[in-house]
Amino acid sequence: MTELRVEHVSKRFGGLQALQDVSLQTEGEILGLIGPNGAGKTTLFNIISGFLPPTSGTITYDGRALHKQHPHQIVRLGIARTFQIIKPFGDLSVLENVLSGIGMPVYPSARALFQRYRTSATLKQAHAILAQTDLQDWAQAPAANLPIGLQRRLEIARALATRPHLLLLDEPAAGLTTHEAEDLALLIRSLHAQGIDIIVIEHNMSFAMNLCERIVVLAQGQIIANDTPAVIQQDERVINAYLGQEEADVAHS
Amino acid sequence: MFNGYVITIAVFVGIWVSLALSLNILVGYAGQISLGHAAFFGIGAYTSAVMTVRYGQSFWAGLLAAILITGIVGAILGLPSLRVRHDFLVLATMGVNFVVVAVFKYVDFFGGAMGIVNLPAPSLFGVSFRGGALYMALVWLYAGFVLLISWYLSKTWAGLALNTVRIDEDAAAAVGVSVPRFKIYAFAISAALAGGAGSFYAHFIGSVFPDTFAFVESIAILSMVIIGGVGTLRGPIFGAILLKSAPEFLRFAQDYRFTIYGALLVLMMLFQPSGLLGDDSWLWTLGKRIFRRPAASMQAEEAS
Ligand SMILES: Nc1ncnc2c1ncn2[C@@H]1O[C@H](COP(=O)(O)OP(=O)(O)OP(=O)(O)O)[C@@H](O)[C@H]1O
Ligand SMILES: [Mg+2]
Repeated sequence: MTELRVEHVSKRFGGLQALQDVSLQTEGEILGLIGPNGAGKTTLFNIISGFLPPTSGTITYDGRALHKQHPHQIVRLGIARTFQIIKPFGDLSVLENVLSGIGMPVYPSARALFQRYRTSATLKQAHAILAQTDLQDWAQAPAANLPIGLQRRLEIARALATRPHLLLLDEPAAGLTTHEAEDLALLIRSLHAQGIDIIVIEHNMSFAMNLCERIVVLAQGQIIANDTPAVIQQDERVINAYLGQEEADVAHS
Repeated sequence: MFNGYVITIAVFVGIWVSLALSLNILVGYAGQISLGHAAFFGIGAYTSAVMTVRYGQSFWAGLLAAILITGIVGAILGLPSLRVRHDFLVLATMGVNFVVVAVFKYVDFFGGAMGIVNLPAPSLFGVSFRGGALYMALVWLYAGFVLLISWYLSKTWAGLALNTVRIDEDAAAAVGVSVPRFKIYAFAISAALAGGAGSFYAHFIGSVFPDTFAFVESIAILSMVIIGGVGTLRGPIFGAILLKSAPEFLRFAQDYRFTIYGALLVLMMLFQPSGLLGDDSWLWTLGKRIFRRPAASMQAEEAS
């Protein structure tokens, strides 16, 4: 089974210790990654997907070291991601956004310079993904024109187009209505049922608790808990971490 | 039908249409603003001059060498673009332009300030193309070739990848696009096509001098792309035709043309950044409305 192993990863930004000796591993599940603001969740995704080098530690996927590879190489190994601050290709159509992911295997080859990207085969694949993510009505619209909730869905659609085995979702439910969040949870479950492993960062506790089979809690760069939702919910340290956050929020305002 | 003067203008316009379209691949497709395009124009012109005058090759060999060598040099000079941020790239490409002109000027092999003279005209089956309508046809054939490449490129995976690089490099990498690789592609293709234009220019004039390819010419070419409509095909063509031919009709403007280009460039950036014929420019929108209306009203009549 292809598994992701994060071993003793630390990350320092100048004087800030964003991650401290983080180790975790996927086991073919929907894994939740939660923690207060600034805990280092996105930083961990950035390191796994090659956008940032770790200060120390190793990451392997399917036995292959990831921490020296570039983002475009890591996606070729089957790990796709979305961005917390969404990055749609705004002037391209929704369809073209998805096609951009379908091109993933072609980009490294000189064929990219000669082969047209709109063929009946690629369009069929793209429309299948649009149907799966319920974006088919928007296919021709410029991505920038979509409501924000759909732009988040497009992030997922574009990542899916690279045919990942592991999908890293950074706060996919942020800003969604309860109803939209329920649809999203259904989508994530169906992707998992198709055999895609998932790590999802989420702030919305009930969303994470319902969706995930296991939850890793990060606080101030360290993993403070790694267990089933039921156990996490009772965990003193987790509750304290979140309470600390709320107190800090109150102090700020 | 074509007198010498009209042919001269038509040849120049054709060459600058090729230059503007080639720069558009770099700026409009890949989003890499370059103020050094005249360097590639010059490298093509000098390559062709050296091949024909120094090594006695035919125009055709010179043209081919100009395209290939300028493409390779373009790929190499594109390497700094991988390291620097956007605003800095503008300076870096500007610097490249100055260095290239200095090399033409101070390296004896390139003839120094005296340039290289007595370039042969192309000929095919004993027919010479110099100065005639045939040369003009050849130049426009080349412009058509550059247009064809630009159009086809936009339909390929590389064209899509260049779009992603222009819009967001992180998102591009996240879908598997190697940002450095595609930037270098853009530099190489853009430079190669400009190099071909340089060859056509050199053999039309019959000589090459360093100052023709100075930094101001880079501004002129970039102005054509931006004023016409960056990223589209019609825009750079229109921009080159407008800016290259207008000074011929407005002779008094000749001496100030670089000033005018510069002023127009700034005005466009401020008021119509997508260019005169950009997708959302008022001129293009107006044109679409005028040409759509009859069709739309006919449909309305049929329906009623
Ligand atoms: N590129 C960077 N350079 C410097 N500091 C950074 C960088 N990226 C993140 N940080 C800092 O590292 C810490 C962890 O940030 P990160 O974005 O990983 O948190 P997070 O858990 O995703 O928070 P949130 O829930 O707000 O998204 C923060 O203090 C942040 O300011
Ligand atoms: Mg985050």
